[in-house]
Amino acid sequence: MSNGQETPKDFEPKIVAFFCNWCTYTASDLTGISRLLYAPNVRVIRVMCSGRVDPQFILAALREGADGVLIGGCHPGDCHYQEGNYKALRRFKLLKRYLTRMGIEDDRVRLEWIAASEGDKVQKVVNDMTEKVRKLGPLKLAPITSPEDFEEEANKELAAAGVEGA
Amino acid sequence: MSKPKVGFNWLASCGGCEEAVIDLEEDILDVVEAIDIVFWPCAMDFKKDDVRAMKDGEMAVCFVNGAIRTSEEEEMAHLMRQKSQLLVAFGSCSHMGGIPGLGNFYSSESILKNSFIESPSTINEEGVIPQTETKVKEGILTLPKFLDTARCLDQVVDVDYYLPGCAPPVNLITGAIQAILENKLPPKGTVLAPDIALCSECERQSTKPDVLEITEFKRPFEIKIDPEKCLLAQGLMCLGPVTRSGCGAACIKANMPCTGCLGPTSRVKDFGAKAISGFASLMDSQDEDEIDKLLDSIVDPEGTFYRYSLPKSYLHAICNTVRNGNGKKGA
Repeated sequence: MSNGQETPKDFEPKIVAFFCNWCTYTASDLTGISRLLYAPNVRVIRVMCSGRVDPQFILAALREGADGVLIGGCHPGDCHYQEGNYKALRRFKLLKRYLTRMGIEDDRVRLEWIAASEGDKVQKVVNDMTEKVRKLGPLKLAPITSPEDFEEEANKELAAAGVEGA
Repeated sequence: MSKPKVGFNWLASCGGCEEAVIDLEEDILDVVEAIDIVFWPCAMDFKKDDVRAMKDGEMAVCFVNGAIRTSEEEEMAHLMRQKSQLLVAFGSCSHMGGIPGLGNFYSSESILKNSFIESPSTINEEGVIPQTETKVKEGILTLPKFLDTARCLDQVVDVDYYLPGCAPPVNLITGAIQAILENKLPPKGTVLAPDIALCSECERQSTKPDVLEITEFKRPFEIKIDPEKCLLAQGLMCLGPVTRSGCGAACIKANMPCTGCLGPTSRVKDFGAKAISGFASLMDSQDEDEIDKLLDSIVDPEGTFYRYSLPKSYLHAICNTVRNGNGKKGA
C-alpha cells in the first residue's frame, strides 16, 4: 500500500451491494435457501431496479466507509421494467471513467447480471469480490478537513505552546 | 441608525466575482448608500489588522469568494467568520470549490512541480519550489502553506448563505443584498437562487424533444450550432437539466451550452454524479461496445461534470492511494 500505511492484518472489507428486487435480490434469497455459504462482508440493499441506483448512492457509500460497491441487476433483456438495467449499464460505464480518474481501482465497483435462478452466482461473485477488495486493502479517500478538525489542530498547537485551557 | 457594516474578501479566485459586484453598475451607488464597506482588499485599502481589530460579529455580513487552498486563505476564512454575523459564500469557488477545485484531480506535489519546474515557460534551473520558511541573511521569510486539497467555504467554516454562479448573476446579488437589508432572508443554508433546473427558464425549452436520444456527443466547435434549437437535441453537452436556474440562461442565449456554474438544486448532493446519471440516461444505446464508443465522444468527462464542484463532491479529490504517485492526467 502507498500512503505509508500497511493494510491491517485483520482487515475485513465492507462491501455495499445494491441488488434489484426481481433478479439479484431474489437470487441472494435462493443462495440462502440453498445453504450456500458466502462472505459476510456484503451489506445488501434491495432496490426495485438496478436502474434506480443513482451514481450518488455509489459515491456516498464509498465516502461513508465502504471499500467496494456491488450492483446486481437482471440480465440484458430480462429487466422487469424493460430497460432499467441498460440504464444502469450506461451509468456504470460513465461513472467508471470518473472513478478511474479519481484513483479508485477497477475491482472496487462492480456491476453483475444475476438472474433469480442464479443463487450460486451470488455466492461466486460476492466471494470473488470480497477477496479482490481484501487484496486492495481499505479505500483511502482524500479527507475533507472539517472545521472541528481545524479547531482541534489549533488547540493542539496552543497546547504545544503551553497555553492553558485551549 | 448606523449603516450595517459589510465586508468582501477573495480567497483562491480569479477576480471575476469582484467584477460581478462592479457589474451592479449604478445600483452599486444605492448599495453603498445603504451600507458601510469596511473590508474589500480588491478595491479598498483595509488590512487584515483592521479586521482583527473589529469586535466579533461587528460586520453584519461578509461576502467571501474563492476556494480555500492555502493556510492563509484558511486563516482569513476563520477571521471573516468570527467578525461577521452572516457569512455568504459568493460564487462557485466558495460555494462548491469552483475552477481552483479542479486541482483536486492532482496531488499538491505534482501541481507545485508542474507550475514551478515542468511548465514550458518556466526557467527554474535550481528546481526551487516555494517553501513555507526560507532562511535569508536578514532572518526567516515565510509563505502560506499550499494545502493538500482545495476546499469550498463550508468545508472550512460555517456558512449562512450561498450566492452561486461563476460569477454570480447581478440579479441574484441585488436580490440577496435586498433580502439582507430588509431582513427577509430564507432559512440558513439556503442557496440564494431559484430551486429549479435551468431548462425551466430556457427559451429553447419548447424545442426540447420529449425523449432525448443522444447518439454522439459533440463539442461546440465541431458543429454549426442552431441558435433556436435545444442544445441537447443537437448532441451538445448542455448541463442545464442538472443545473440550478437564476442566470437567465445567459450562456445558452450566447449559443453556448450551460457548464453548470450555479450548481445543483437542493435535492442533489453530488452535482457531477447527477450529471453522469442524467447524461447516461439520455444515451441511445443498449449495446456494450456501442456505449463505449458513445462515451469516447465525451472528451474529459470528469472535467465536464465536475467543472465547478469537485471539492464539494463525495470523493472530494483523488484517492490517497494515487496521491503520492502520479497525479498526472492520462498517465
